[in-house]
Amino acid sequence: MSQGKIIKVSGPLVVADGMSDANMQDVVRVGEQRLIGEILTMTGDQASIQVYEETSGLGPGAKVETTGAPLSVELGPGIIENIYDGIQRPLEEIVKKIGSNLARGVEVPALTREKKWAYTPVAKVGDKVIGGDIIGTVPETEVVLHKIMVPNGVSGTVEWTIKPGNYIVDEVVAKVKTEKGETVQLTMTQKWPVRVGRPYKQKYNPVAPLQSGQRIIDTMFPIAKGGTAAVPGPFGSGKTVVQHQLAKWSDVDIVVYVGCGERGNEMTDVLREFPELVDPRTGESLMKRTVLIANTSDMPVAAREASVYTGITIAEYFRDMGYAVAVIADSTSRWAEALREMSGRLEEMPGEEGYPAYLASRLAQFYERAGVVQCMGSEDRVGSLTAVGAVSPPGGDLSEPVSQGTMRIVKVFWSLDASLAYRRHFPAINWLNSHSLYLDTMKPWFDEHFGPAFMENRNKAMSLLQEEDNLNEIVQLVGKDSLSAGDQLTLETAKMVREDFLQQNAFMDVDSYSTHDRQMRLLAMILDFDRLARDAIAKGAPLAPMLEIPSKEKIGRAKFVEADKYVQEYAAISQEMEREIAAIVEKAGAEL
Amino acid sequence: MMKEYRTIHEISGPLMIVEKVEGVTYDELGEIELSDGSIRRCQVLEVNGDKAVVQLFEPSAGINLRDSKIRFLGHPLELGVSGDMLGRVFNGMGQPIDGGPAILPEASRDINGLPMNPAARDYPNEFIQTGVSTIDGLNTLVRGQKLPIFSGSGLPHAQLAAQIARQAKVLGGESNFAVVFAAIGITFEESEYFVNEFKRTGAIDRTVLFTNLADDPAVERIATPRMALTAAEYLAFDKGMHVLVILTDITNYAEALREVSAAKKEVPGRRGYPGYLYTNLATIYERAGRQLGKEGSITMIPILTMPEDDKTHPIPDLTGYITEGQIILSRELHRKGITPPVDVLPSLSRLKDKGVGVGKTREDHAATMNQLFAAYASGKEAKELMTILGEAALSPTDLLFAKFADEFEKRYVSQGFETNRSIEETLNLGWELLSILPRGELKRIKSEMIDKYLPKKD
Repeated sequence: MSQGKIIKVSGPLVVADGMSDANMQDVVRVGEQRLIGEILTMTGDQASIQVYEETSGLGPGAKVETTGAPLSVELGPGIIENIYDGIQRPLEEIVKKIGSNLARGVEVPALTREKKWAYTPVAKVGDKVIGGDIIGTVPETEVVLHKIMVPNGVSGTVEWTIKPGNYIVDEVVAKVKTEKGETVQLTMTQKWPVRVGRPYKQKYNPVAPLQSGQRIIDTMFPIAKGGTAAVPGPFGSGKTVVQHQLAKWSDVDIVVYVGCGERGNEMTDVLREFPELVDPRTGESLMKRTVLIANTSDMPVAAREASVYTGITIAEYFRDMGYAVAVIADSTSRWAEALREMSGRLEEMPGEEGYPAYLASRLAQFYERAGVVQCMGSEDRVGSLTAVGAVSPPGGDLSEPVSQGTMRIVKVFWSLDASLAYRRHFPAINWLNSHSLYLDTMKPWFDEHFGPAFMENRNKAMSLLQEEDNLNEIVQLVGKDSLSAGDQLTLETAKMVREDFLQQNAFMDVDSYSTHDRQMRLLAMILDFDRLARDAIAKGAPLAPMLEIPSKEKIGRAKFVEADKYVQEYAAISQEMEREIAAIVEKAGAEL
Repeated sequence: MMKEYRTIHEISGPLMIVEKVEGVTYDELGEIELSDGSIRRCQVLEVNGDKAVVQLFEPSAGINLRDSKIRFLGHPLELGVSGDMLGRVFNGMGQPIDGGPAILPEASRDINGLPMNPAARDYPNEFIQTGVSTIDGLNTLVRGQKLPIFSGSGLPHAQLAAQIARQAKVLGGESNFAVVFAAIGITFEESEYFVNEFKRTGAIDRTVLFTNLADDPAVERIATPRMALTAAEYLAFDKGMHVLVILTDITNYAEALREVSAAKKEVPGRRGYPGYLYTNLATIYERAGRQLGKEGSITMIPILTMPEDDKTHPIPDLTGYITEGQIILSRELHRKGITPPVDVLPSLSRLKDKGVGVGKTREDHAATMNQLFAAYASGKEAKELMTILGEAALSPTDLLFAKFADEFEKRYVSQGFETNRSIEETLNLGWELLSILPRGELKRIKSEMIDKYLPKKD
């Protein structure tokens, strides 16, 4: 293939001529160091290339070579527990090879070629297979059974399969004779271009909730498995903690965490902390189901643009095995900025705030790759892909293009609020500005599994919070004392919902994760207080002593009860509460 | 023989176009020789065919298009680094200006550095005692953290930074300690204040100073923080020292960046700052940290003045998204005479949770920290309500919260720039203040802890 030559270098953008053999979006190798780049535009035989590494030292005349293929990821055993950069280079291998800093032009395969995997064939000789059918399995970690699938586009009859045993990923594990009579050799790996969504047979509406263990999410603004959510918030409002909590506790099979243009230490935190944490569902370390993509803010900006695609393509691959997968991207704003920087260097006409005009459609394309799908292949496998993206609006102002573009697409919106964070109300998700559009679609699921009380209590708590907001305006004008006893009780219960239920300490072991059952019981207890106290007021009892009863303080500490004791403890508190309020009513009756 | 060009075609602001060049590469360093033999330095921003766009680091005054010569050195801007840099003063381009001998470099480093591999980072979790209660108690600083001070013009950020530099220590630890100080476009007086502080405490022998003062060329400021960080990286990761880097003032740096961007006619982002301001700032801030298997560390305290005290201005805003928290100074507290005027509620240290607790500070630290924050927030709300409705409208509990907020500002926040409080003193003071409140309001602290630490009322 003919070689091109650089004619212009401007930061991460390189223009080369003599590129008539190259295709749009081809990956190219630039200069002596063979830096990786991708073609963005073509004019005649000139190609504009975004280079995924620092371009310092490149100049006109340096050679450019196309690989003839688009930017792709390598899929196969070895992905889980790994940490990759934005274009799927394994970062830990790079440390071993060149040390603590990232130099350029390092070439390390994405999947280890040394490790032998315990492979068990599933397809038998003579089986008819199509793309997506499982030909064998590899226990990649204690919790992830990696299913080796026939690549899409290949179909035919299995001619030969390897015996069960330990093999490296490049070993041919099966041969398939196609209808045309060609023999295709299959290994444990396949490649897929990151900018193209992997195919599926059919998409369904998401109906089942993703349990995150976070009370404000699971009870108030739940997200469905296969759904989309955004977490916008100014800096210091706790976006990253919310994202980390989701990555830790979501009841999915695989988590792909994309650190896109964020802090290096945050990725290090995940990398050091996750192996220590135990998944409550499997009893194994959380790292054994996690893939990390790290393109931190000081790493080359072009690779940042690719990182979210790399992440979601890996997620789709596991979805295709029939797993529930969550991809968590922190932050999509940095990805948009990378897009803006390249667009500026290409001298494209800018849209709003300098972002390219195609920003919204790119965002939509990303989130649309989420969903519940019937996977490819002859058997009926259903997998789901949930996408959660953080948004970092400048100055916390949601009217900017990335926030607006995201809000139009996602179904769940957890709006973080700096003023809540200042009060150390965490997670600082504002209950008045957030929403979940899955409440209606998931209601049947909730009714079936938790009974109708779940949604009723949720709605009741929400209306209390809404009412509190209205009452607060009155209090600001005339003071609390002029409210009726009932309204004062509303303020008190709403405060309990906020402080005793919604607030959750991510850094306290017992409070970091809360099951649905526990959430229901805790909320029910708070609402019971409201109901009992309201009855008591109706019977003429004064409000003040009811706010002083010992069981109310115990509700305030109920979050911290150990996980194996809460059922009994909560029941005991409820009984105590009934007794104490009954005593107040009795006393009031006697005084009358 | 290096090729020399006399083909400077255009100079406009900090930018220069050189024509008919060959073999020039992106980011390469160039030297311009004026007809009187003096040398100015520049850097290649773009090469297009035989045309190179270069950015001057020094003023363009006196450059003659016909007579000046330019040569390209084949490498990016580098700094010769050495352990002997300690105790020395350099200008913003890394040349000694203290009259001492030239530095014999032990190595030559590209001032842009290389990004740190996230897999090679070690998570910062070693508590640094600064002796300032609002930092130690509420916004704990740890080794390898980047914690900026968001200030405004006229606020005493320099005093606070000097206090931290003077008092900072690791509990029970040895100290192979150094300070790298970069003055970026600040006044002579402010810079002298720091130098005198370092002299007064004897820290000057362990300090490397880079000074670009307000009357030095603005474009030089783009290089100054990178010079300082290159020296810091060498001291930390090659010499195993714990380096505290103070960069002041980042606002001047960002303005220099905007000047170059405007000269290049780039599409501006918010307020005229370039769209890549975030990425550019990140390549400075992210150089703080620790590395696995290496002894040293870089802890960074950048100082920036918020234009109009506006936290949503692009410079503080983008900084806040990159750094691990922020210490915000408040003009209101400053007027009240509270020193240091740390605005507690919006201040934050993201790494505090990893630096406190048993074996680091004390078991009650995390819980009391949250409780103090929450109580102060409630107290401020109560005080606001009081100004609208009068004291009578407040419940007895709210009155206690209001009292707490006052006492908290007076005793906890306002400690003066000379007081050095140990973490024990800070934590005990916290409990003393919490004892103002009814016990039932201390919901964020476990009962056992309250029993153990809350001062008994008589």
